[in-house]
Amino acid sequence: MTVFLEVVVSFLLVFGAFVMLIGSIGLAKLPDYFTRLHAPTKASTLGVACILLASMIFFSVQLGHVNLKEALISMFLLITAPVAAHMLGKAGLHYKVKMADSTQNQHLAKKAYLQQHPDDK
Amino acid sequence: MNKVRKFVWFPTPYHSILLWLVWQILHDFSRGHMVLGAMFAIVIPWIVAPLSEKEAVAKKTIKAVIYTFRLLIDIVASNYDVAKRVLQSNRSLKPAFIAVPLDIKEPVPLAIFTSSVSLTPGTVSVELSEDRKWLYVHVLHLEDEQQLINLIKDRYEAPLKEIFGC
Amino acid sequence: MLSYAILIACALICCALALNAWRLIIGPTTPDRIIAVDTMYINSIALIILLGLHQGSAIYYESALLIALLGFVSTSAFCKYLLRGDIIE
Repeated sequence: MTVFLEVVVSFLLVFGAFVMLIGSIGLAKLPDYFTRLHAPTKASTLGVACILLASMIFFSVQLGHVNLKEALISMFLLITAPVAAHMLGKAGLHYKVKMADSTQNQHLAKKAYLQQHPDDK
Repeated sequence: MNKVRKFVWFPTPYHSILLWLVWQILHDFSRGHMVLGAMFAIVIPWIVAPLSEKEAVAKKTIKAVIYTFRLLIDIVASNYDVAKRVLQSNRSLKPAFIAVPLDIKEPVPLAIFTSSVSLTPGTVSVELSEDRKWLYVHVLHLEDEQQLINLIKDRYEAPLKEIFGC
Repeated sequence: MLSYAILIACALICCALALNAWRLIIGPTTPDRIIAVDTMYINSIALIILLGLHQGSAIYYESALLIALLGFVSTSAFCKYLLRGDIIE
């Protein structure tokens, strides 16, 4: 493994792990449920993609042929992360989780909730 | 009434190619698996195709590729944006709900549009209204509501309408 | 250099997992806990890939793929349960 590739792989690993740490910090510190939804969905997609890219380069060099297996995982995560976020958002609306008081346009959340439960005025 | 379907060799050609490619990636492009993957790619669509309904297909391939790359760039940008907001203090956040009016109605473009909104800077799509006319979006930090709605519509919905021709 | 990078990345991801576990424990509502679990499985994928890099074997890839598939299914099953009170209708 050449020095250049080693530097690239190391940088991608540390950067990806750092991005994932930021996502988790966001999950731990942001004020309410819907803002917490933002950090993990975005940060973890990029973080895992970086780490998988590093692993792809490493094993392509080590095994001596092109290794694209990790790209499948990152593609799968890229497709499923927004779907999971959407479902979590729906579940949060249904559960009537508490929002931060500074949230603007709270009537829209109420409208969406009433649409899920038409008889619950 | 059960209609007898006409037999088609490749009911879903794109899915067949994708299936074959994924099988090759999983097995490092060896020759035996090329044949086995081809068999799967031909036989599985015969079984699965009658189950699914006809869906919209991307008509403009080059535009779709450009859209994908722009989305990838936006994901990096959105990560930078969210990281900045996370590391700031909570007080400076201005979270909000907005309702984006929708022009597209077909399920596949709508799913891609919703996913794109979720992956881009500071917005997560939360709920779709029953009549499919509004998309409720939660924003992490809202400065100008109308400007954001226009940005989402111009940047993601207009190209998707063009790609799927609807 | 690569071994140090792997160690640093492992340490960062373990911190992330600890933060997720904290949210999982205190999380005021059930949806909060689901987000914590969702983030935890993505972090554990990264940890497994790092383990594979550390040992220099490509075997761990399969387990990472399985965790990715099952994690998504479990998250959506949890959400469906919260939304409907039932998983299969």
